[in-house]
Amino acid sequence: MTQQDAFPGMVKLLTADGQELATGWVDRVAGSLKGRISRNELDRELTELYTALVEALRDGVADAHADGMSEVRALLTELSRNRARQGFSPTETAISVFALKHVLEPVLQDGSDQDIRAYLRLGRLLDDLGLFTIETYSRTREEIISSQADQLLELSTPVIKLWDGVIAVPLVGTLDSARTQVVMEKLLQALVDTGSEQAIIDITGVPAVDTQVAQHLLKTIVAARLMGAECTVSGIRPQIAQTIVALGIEFGDIVTKASLADALRLALKKSGVEITRGGGVGR
Amino acid sequence: MNVPWAADDEPQTQPVVMNDDVVRVRQFARGLSQRCKLSLVDQTKFITAASELARNTLVYGGGGSCTAGLVRGRGRLGVAAVFEDFGPGIPDIELAMTDGWTSGGGLGLGLSGARRLVDEFALDTEAGRGTKVTVIKWAR
Ligand SMILES: Nc1ncnc2c1ncn2[C@@H]1O[C@H](COP(=O)(O)OP(=O)(O)OP(=O)(O)O)[C@@H](O)[C@H]1O
Ligand SMILES: [Mg+2]
Repeated sequence: MTQQDAFPGMVKLLTADGQELATGWVDRVAGSLKGRISRNELDRELTELYTALVEALRDGVADAHADGMSEVRALLTELSRNRARQGFSPTETAISVFALKHVLEPVLQDGSDQDIRAYLRLGRLLDDLGLFTIETYSRTREEIISSQADQLLELSTPVIKLWDGVIAVPLVGTLDSARTQVVMEKLLQALVDTGSEQAIIDITGVPAVDTQVAQHLLKTIVAARLMGAECTVSGIRPQIAQTIVALGIEFGDIVTKASLADALRLALKKSGVEITRGGGVGR
Repeated sequence: MNVPWAADDEPQTQPVVMNDDVVRVRQFARGLSQRCKLSLVDQTKFITAASELARNTLVYGGGGSCTAGLVRGRGRLGVAAVFEDFGPGIPDIELAMTDGWTSGGGLGLGLSGARRLVDEFALDTEAGRGTKVTVIKWAR
């Protein structure tokens, strides 16, 4: 059998008992997805895919990466991206392709030689298309993860206005260069936007302060000073304090406070706000 | 230094070739020091030392590896980490171990500070051959 003969064979395999095949295919996929995608939706997806696949084969294209297969790839890309976004696993995504191989299997038992050869050729194509869905799937997942990391970077560094003229940045988690950069920019920008002269950097949530973190902190504080603002570092826990001392890091004349509350009290005092305990008048 | 790795607990080797690896080493060091039941202060000290040495391996050594695990000696449990690279090495050890000396733009406290943060510290380096730093912290 020459290459050319394979195409009618493959088309025949797929179209011989068209409706039954399609139903079997959708059934298999639906079974593995356990109702998390509606039957209608699945029907639509797979019918489109089926039509595009048969069309490409009719045109004599059986190479997953060829131009003539671009419609099939486009549909698979859409399918894979949707599955990835909806939190399906790689298996649950690729099953859409591999299930077709499965429902065609009976031909191996009672098909002609030509049918079997066509099945093998089609199997190779479906394998390639299956790999293509997995690749698209993982690329989408990677995009999702990296955009989440970016969001987290933004989310995890809020600048809070505590009082007129007093802002605070509570730092939580590991401070790497990228994050510290974001913190520094946000803090300096917030000083300008709010016209604040007191900033508190709270490191209660930072598990370890090494020389890099310390250096970033020191730089931020110097930059804030150049803008006429005063910084207080709060939330230095005992284990962090001891580590900083052992490392030999000197915070110089930078004001540090044990808690955010202490730092706020100091900042308020410096900006001329007086706090008095209410005497219960009017109760 | 001969590292007395605990027989029942294989040390693990991790690459230190990019920034994220430093974070991973730090997290691994945290897990180990918790398993070893170090006090909170000692945990923080060991993690910080690991962080310093990992960054030196990356920045000055041009990348390398970290092998870390539990160690046992004289009836005590401890944590050890070995940082190794095949970079330029340190030509003047005394200078490099001086507080505040840096050939880059650092504070110059990582190496000397790491020594103060741990119980045992060994620096094995030679210009042109690479650098190997071994640290151990024992549980009290
Ligand atoms: N693995 C290494 N390979 C080559 N040179 C090294 C290595 N580790 C340290 N050094 C040299 O030793 C110097 C001191 O290291 P140390 O960690 O104390 O300071 P630093 O890294 O420059 O600053 P930091 O205080 O941020 O750690 C470095 O500037 C570098 O020249
Ligand atoms: Mg260093």
